[in-house]
Amino acid sequence: MSEAILDSGATEAPGAKGLVDDWSRDKQVFGVPWGKAMMWIFLLSDTFIFSCFLVGYMSVRIATTDPWPNPSEVFGLEAFGVQVPLLLIAIMTFVLITSSGTMALAVNMGYRKDRKKTFWLMVATALLGATFVSMQAFEWSKLISEGVRPWANPFGAAQFGSSFFMITGFHGMHVTAGVIYLLIVAFRVKNGYYEKRGGNYEIVEIAGLYWHFVDLVWVFIFAFFYLW
Amino acid sequence: MSYVAFADRDHEHEHHDPDTFITKYIWSQDHKVIAIQYGLTAIFVGLIALGLSAMMRLQLGFPNDFHFINPENYYQFITMHGMIMVIYLLTALFLGGFGNYLIPLMCGSRDMVFPYMNMLSYWAYLLSVIVLVISFFVPGGSTGAGWTLYPPQAISAGTPGVDLGILLMLVSLAIFIVAFTMGGLNYVTTVLQARCKGMTLMRMPLSVWGIFIATILGLLAFPALLVSAIMMLFDKTLHTSFFMPAISSMGVDPGYTGGSPILFQHLFWFFGHPEVYIVALPAFGLVSDLLSTHARKNIFGYRMMVWAIIAIGGLSFIVWAHHMYVSGMNPYFGFFFATTTLIIAVPTAIKVYNWVLTLWEGNIHLRVPMLFAIGFIFTFIHGGLTGLFLGNVTIDLPLSDTYFVVAHFHMVMGVSPVLVVFGAIYHWWPKITGKMYNETLGKWHFWMTFLGTYAIYLPMHYLGFAGVPRRYFAMGNTDFLPASAQDLNAAITISALFVAAAQLLFFINMIWSLVKGPKSDPNPWHATTLEWQTPDHPPKHGNWGHHLPEVHRWAYDYSVPGYKDDFIPQNVPADKAPAGRDHGGAH
Repeated sequence: MSEAILDSGATEAPGAKGLVDDWSRDKQVFGVPWGKAMMWIFLLSDTFIFSCFLVGYMSVRIATTDPWPNPSEVFGLEAFGVQVPLLLIAIMTFVLITSSGTMALAVNMGYRKDRKKTFWLMVATALLGATFVSMQAFEWSKLISEGVRPWANPFGAAQFGSSFFMITGFHGMHVTAGVIYLLIVAFRVKNGYYEKRGGNYEIVEIAGLYWHFVDLVWVFIFAFFYLW
Repeated sequence: MSYVAFADRDHEHEHHDPDTFITKYIWSQDHKVIAIQYGLTAIFVGLIALGLSAMMRLQLGFPNDFHFINPENYYQFITMHGMIMVIYLLTALFLGGFGNYLIPLMCGSRDMVFPYMNMLSYWAYLLSVIVLVISFFVPGGSTGAGWTLYPPQAISAGTPGVDLGILLMLVSLAIFIVAFTMGGLNYVTTVLQARCKGMTLMRMPLSVWGIFIATILGLLAFPALLVSAIMMLFDKTLHTSFFMPAISSMGVDPGYTGGSPILFQHLFWFFGHPEVYIVALPAFGLVSDLLSTHARKNIFGYRMMVWAIIAIGGLSFIVWAHHMYVSGMNPYFGFFFATTTLIIAVPTAIKVYNWVLTLWEGNIHLRVPMLFAIGFIFTFIHGGLTGLFLGNVTIDLPLSDTYFVVAHFHMVMGVSPVLVVFGAIYHWWPKITGKMYNETLGKWHFWMTFLGTYAIYLPMHYLGFAGVPRRYFAMGNTDFLPASAQDLNAAITISALFVAAAQLLFFINMIWSLVKGPKSDPNPWHATTLEWQTPDHPPKHGNWGHHLPEVHRWAYDYSVPGYKDDFIPQNVPADKAPAGRDHGGAH
């Protein structure tokens, strides 16, 4: 949707020079609204936060002298009498990825100005997000009941519990904030708040950017924490 | 998509003028008021930090005479002095103060893109300052861990302020980072998206370039500090062992196991080194504009200046471990970080040469802002040259824990940016307040500060070479130091007190100016940049009256041949004045 202002007819030299010329033309650097540009920059900054968390986790995991607990045992769940490794996490991941799908649909419906469908799809996204957080709470309480604490755990290195609660907690806070954010936008879509402001539903996409980011971060946490 | 580019949005984007005192000056969303709030708060905490340094100097200069300073206090003074000066004064003043004031005015915008968030940024900053100040008064006092807050000692028994001081410090830092992020997102987005018509990136004044790149550095570097603060908070409160190895502390096993103190150092310096440039790049930018304006010459090598800022910003992320040579590392890593560190000297030297060449054959007006700008070139070259020593592993190892390092970083990121801060305040004071200050008093302030800081820091280089260790409360009796080292320390202390007292001149001048100062001309320095071309003086809410300005040339059309004045403002159309040397309007 940004072609209209991108002025793609301008001729630019190929390669780095073209990039510089393009950036320094008399226009907004990015052909997107302010809020969207700002969200992208914020997400870049947030990426650095999560990267630091994950690098810190990897670093302490390498540095610690105690053995690291086996994730497929620790995160396993007993279903119908069978020990299934990573069962809960698989469901949680599925739920969160699904929520990205409903979010994408909501963005599409937003641009079609179908306020009703946008609203319900966003509510669905928020509910899936809330389900994710609840399952995380379940996982936390299960681990806590098994004796895992930030400062120690019965399975091995103390850093396991420390990094686990810190990183999944920080991510869970992001999801929770996202649920609240989505609900606010959803209800504003419904009650016509954006109609009064020129009928622009870009905000749905901006909220969606945040949501997809939180999702993407989860993929990395999943890979580094549960699969390693 | 009913989306209109900013530059074409003239009338529809009118602001509603705030009318009550509270909305105008307290809960203000106007970038100029927020800038002043940021500035005043930063200067207030800066004065606290200045007081702390005076206390430290009293102890160092006259070790046996001031019994109210005990070793614990001394470490608390060091810690808080460093932390306040680097983060709460310089970062906040350059980005929150000058960034807020200058970005919208210089770019021809009405305000920051999200004024409400900008306001929240200031109030969060104020909260972080309040938490910081409270830490002075809690039981045990503020933390005395050194401004780098290295674990394990930062949270181990025996360090001053280990109970509440360090907690409040970390919480305050976290709040500061939230505040900075809200402001920083605004500054970056405003520069990228909300410039007025004709203001291409390559026409922007270097002030904006410096602040812009510094803000990007901040957005990418502060996360590392946030993460290390959170992890250390957990180590302290939840007894996790991220940074804490199994140690015995004062004969007691505190129960930590297997953490990595070096991890903290990496995270901290991954923030800490870009932080140096978060402070330096805005200073580079502002000083470029001061030099060009008061030398009545275009800045030499504008494009190179821009690329140098970008290159320094990029390089600053891959040099952090040069702060950790003494921590020990693989020799190849030392080689790598020494190489990248020394490469930074190239773009930095380009900038210094260009400043000097801007002065070359210029019509130099030695007004107060210009004095400070030229003073900056001196102090920055001195601080930069000692950086070449310290960037090399083998030279850094013996010097790292001596006063040589204290002299180096105070010259390069203490004195130099502060001189720019003063120069910039004197330069933009007439625009901010509409009043002029007393020129003579300002010159006295400059000479006392400039010569005084040399009297403080030049001898410290010598002390460092002689082997005087930094961070020590008192030297006691040592065989390797001559007795005269103590005499030098006493002389440094007297100079430091003198410089601290000289700052009174600045405050007297500014208060006099506000109360009794003559009204200033709207453009007293005959500068070209947009903030001097506002319809109102000082600029009102919304900055530009009814129509946004339109830019037709770069920011440095000084002394263009064939024009009646020796400056052509950026908004003068091309058919009314010669084109000058515009690089940025090709598209």
